[in-house]
Amino acid sequence: MSDATSTGPMLAADGTPLKRSLNRALRAQKLRALMLIAPLLVFILVTFIAPITDMLFRSVENQIVSDTLPRTTRALEGWDHNSGELPSEDVFAALTYDLVAAAERKDHTRLGTRLNYETTGMSSIFRKTGRRIDDFGETYMDQFAEATPDLAAPETWVTVMADPGWRADYAAWEAARAAARETGRDFDRPPPLFRLKNGVADILPEAADVYAEFARIAQVENGDNPAEEEPWAPVYLALYRDLMHVGPGAIERLDDASRATLAPAHDAVAGFQSERLADLYLDADKGWGEPAIWSTIQAFSSNYTPGYFLASVDLRQTADGVAMQDEDRRIYIMLFERTLFMSLAIMGACILLGYPIAFLLANLPLRTSNVLLILVLLPFWTSLLVRTSSWKVLLQQQGVINDVLVWIGLVDNANRLVMINNQFGTIVAMTHILLPFMILPLYSVMKTIPPTYVRAAKSLGASNWTAFWRVYFPQSVPGIGAGCILVFILAIGYYITPELVGGTTGTFISNRIAYHISSSLNWGLAAALGSILLAVVLLLYWIYDRIVGIDNVSLG
Amino acid sequence: MSQMDLPPYATPGQRIWHYTFLVICGLIFFFLIAPILVIIPLSFNAEDFFTFTPKMLALDPEGYSLKHYRDFFTNPSWQQALWNSVKIAPAATVIAVTLGTLAAIGLSQDHVPFRRAIMAILISPMIVPLIISAAGMYFFYSRIGLQGTYLGVVLAHAALGIPFVIITVTATLVGFDRSLTRAAASLGANPVTTFFKVQMPLILPGVISGGLFAFITSFDEVVVVLFVGSANQQTLPWQMFTGLREQISPTILAVATILVVISIALLTTVELLRRRSERLRGLSPG
Repeated sequence: MSDATSTGPMLAADGTPLKRSLNRALRAQKLRALMLIAPLLVFILVTFIAPITDMLFRSVENQIVSDTLPRTTRALEGWDHNSGELPSEDVFAALTYDLVAAAERKDHTRLGTRLNYETTGMSSIFRKTGRRIDDFGETYMDQFAEATPDLAAPETWVTVMADPGWRADYAAWEAARAAARETGRDFDRPPPLFRLKNGVADILPEAADVYAEFARIAQVENGDNPAEEEPWAPVYLALYRDLMHVGPGAIERLDDASRATLAPAHDAVAGFQSERLADLYLDADKGWGEPAIWSTIQAFSSNYTPGYFLASVDLRQTADGVAMQDEDRRIYIMLFERTLFMSLAIMGACILLGYPIAFLLANLPLRTSNVLLILVLLPFWTSLLVRTSSWKVLLQQQGVINDVLVWIGLVDNANRLVMINNQFGTIVAMTHILLPFMILPLYSVMKTIPPTYVRAAKSLGASNWTAFWRVYFPQSVPGIGAGCILVFILAIGYYITPELVGGTTGTFISNRIAYHISSSLNWGLAAALGSILLAVVLLLYWIYDRIVGIDNVSLG
Repeated sequence: MSQMDLPPYATPGQRIWHYTFLVICGLIFFFLIAPILVIIPLSFNAEDFFTFTPKMLALDPEGYSLKHYRDFFTNPSWQQALWNSVKIAPAATVIAVTLGTLAAIGLSQDHVPFRRAIMAILISPMIVPLIISAAGMYFFYSRIGLQGTYLGVVLAHAALGIPFVIITVTATLVGFDRSLTRAAASLGANPVTTFFKVQMPLILPGVISGGLFAFITSFDEVVVVLFVGSANQQTLPWQMFTGLREQISPTILAVATILVVISIALLTTVELLRRRSERLRGLSPG
C-alpha cells in the first residue's frame, strides 16, 4: 500500500469519491422506484382519492344560500334573531332583489329545497313567493309611469344606467350579426355583457345594482337586448327607495340625459303612495312572519356549515346554537346504532361458525384440509349477487326453507315464518357472505400453532377442555382479532345485501347514504354520513394495521 | 397421524364429543355451500317459481326446462348487460394490471421513500366501503363529466381492482431472487429485456392471479356502477340487482348458475397458479 491511497478518501473506479458515487447510485435507485410507482399513484389520486376528498368537502359546503341570496345574507347580518321581531324593510328589499333574480334563473326552488332540510316548510314558502315576486314593486312602477312616462320605456333605462362604451360595443355587435345573417354565415359570437355607467352606482346604489342584474339575466338567460325589455317591477322599487334617500344635489351630478328623466321623478316620489314590503311577503306566504324562517337563512348564510354533520347525529343548527332534532326526525343515531349492533351480531355469528371450521382445517392432514378449503373458497369466489339472490330464494315465505319446514311439520302452512325483509334475513345472509373472511385469517393463524403445546398440556394432566381453553385458545386470539376486525369493517359499510334482503328494519347506514344520493338528493347529508362512516372504518383499519399489518392481508 | 384422529384410548364421552364436533362442522360446511348449490337445480325449473315444484322433486323431466337460460340468451336487456360487463371488466383489468404490476415492482425495491404512505394510498380502494367510494366518485365524476360514461365506469373499476394486483404481485416478488436480474444485467441485457425475459415469466403467476382478482372485482361490482354508470352502462350485476329488487324473475337464477360456473373456473385457475408459484419458489413439494 502506498501512502497516497491510504490518506485520501476512498475512490470509485471512475475516480470520484466512493461515498458520493454510492449516494448517487442510491438516489438513482430511489428515483427509479418512484418512477415505477408514479403512474399508479397519480391514477389512484385522480380516480379515487380526489373523489373521497371532494366528498369530505361537500359535507361542509354550503355556498347555495350566499350565492342565491347575496344581498339578503349581507343585510341580515345586522338583524338580531333573539329580538323576536321581523327584519327591517331593507332586508325585505334585499330579499326581493335576490329572489326576483333567482326566480328568473329558476334557482329559488333549489334554495328552498336546501333550506327545507333545516326547517320544514321553507320549500313551499320559496316556491309560493317566487311565483309572485314579479309583482313586488308594481305600485311604484305604475306611479312612476304616471309621473314620468319616460321611465316606462326600456330605452330610457339604458340611457340612465348603461355605460356608453357598452352601448357602442353592443351596436357594433348587432351590426356584425345583421351582416352575417345577410350573407348567411354562422354567427356565434356572444354579445358584449352589460356594463354600468361610471358613477351611477354611487348615486342610485340599489337601482343600479338590480338593473345590472336584470340586464345581464336578460342577455345571458334569455338572449334579449336589455334596451328592448321592460325592467322587472322590483327595479322600480329599487329606484323609489334610492330616490327617497338621495338629495337633489346628487341628481345634479348625473349627466344631462339622466337628469332630464330623474329630476322630475325625484320631485314626484315624495308624493308617492308607499307600500310596506313585509305586508306583500306576508300576503304571499304567512311563513315570512315567523322569525324562525329568517334565523334559518341567517344561520346558513356562511359558505361552510357543520349543519350536515349535525343532522347526521340528529342535531340541528339554530341561530341560538346547536339543538336536538325534533323527536319525529331523529333517525340517524338509531341507524348508526343499528348498523353497529347488526355488524357486531354478524361478527359474533362469524366467530361461532368460523372457529370450528378453521380449527378443523388446521388440524386435518394437509391433503384433506386442502379439499375442504375449497368449500370455503368457493363461496368466497362466488358473486355477491349470486349469494344474495340464493338467500332471497331460500328465505322467502314461499321459499325452500319454509317449504321444508312445512313438509317436516315444524311449521304450519298457514303461518310460514317471515325470515326476509327484516334483521334476521340481513344477519343470516351477511354471515354467510362474510364467513370466509373470518375463516381464512383464523386458519392461517391456527396453522402456525404447534400441536406439541396441547400435547404437553395433556401429558401434564390437563383435561381436553383445559388444554384447549388454557393453551390452544389464547394462541388463536390474534386470528380471532384479525378476522373480527376484517368482518366488522366489511359489514359496517355493506349496501347490496341489506338493500335486497333487509326490508325496512334490516337496513344499514349505507342504505340511507344511497337514498340521499339518488332519491332525496340531499347530497350534503349523504356526504356527511359517508364521512362519519369513513372515519369509523379508517380507525378500525388503523387498529387492524397495528395488530395484523397491511402486508399480511392474504387473499386465500 | 393428524390431530383430528381419535386415540384408541378415548373415553366414550370423548368419542361423543368428537363426533358431535364433526357433525357441527359438517352443518357449517352445509351452510356455506348449500345456498350456492341450491340455485343450480332451481334454475332448471319449468315453472316461474323459486322453489322446488312437486314435479321436480319426483325427478319428472317435465318439471325441468332450459327456458330461463333461453330467456337469458335471447332477452335484449340481459344481452346488453352481458355485453356491457364483457366490455368494462377487461378494460378495467388491463389498466389495473399494467399500472399495478409496475408499481408493485417499484415498491419491492430496496430503497423506496414513503413506502408505507404510498402503500396505504394504493390499498385504500379496498378498505374504503364501496358505498363511500361510490358516493365520492358520483359527486366528483359528475363535476368533471365522467359520470354516466363508459370511461368513468372503467376508471372506477380499475381503481377498485388495483389493490388486489398490488397485493398479489408484491407477494410474488417477496420470493423473487434478485440475483437473477443482476445476472441478466451482467450478461448485457438492458432493463427492458431483463424485465420481459427474466422477471416477468417468474412473477407471471402473481400477475395473472392479481388480474383475475381485478377482473372479478369489476365483473361482480354493482354499487359503484349503480352510481357512476347510467342506463347505457348497465352491467350484469346491475341487471341482477334491479331484477332482485323490482320484478324478481327466475332468469336471475340461470344467470347466477352461469356465474357460479365461472367462479369455479376462476377458483381452479387461481389455485393452480398458486401451487405453480409455490413450486417455483420451492415452498412446497407440489
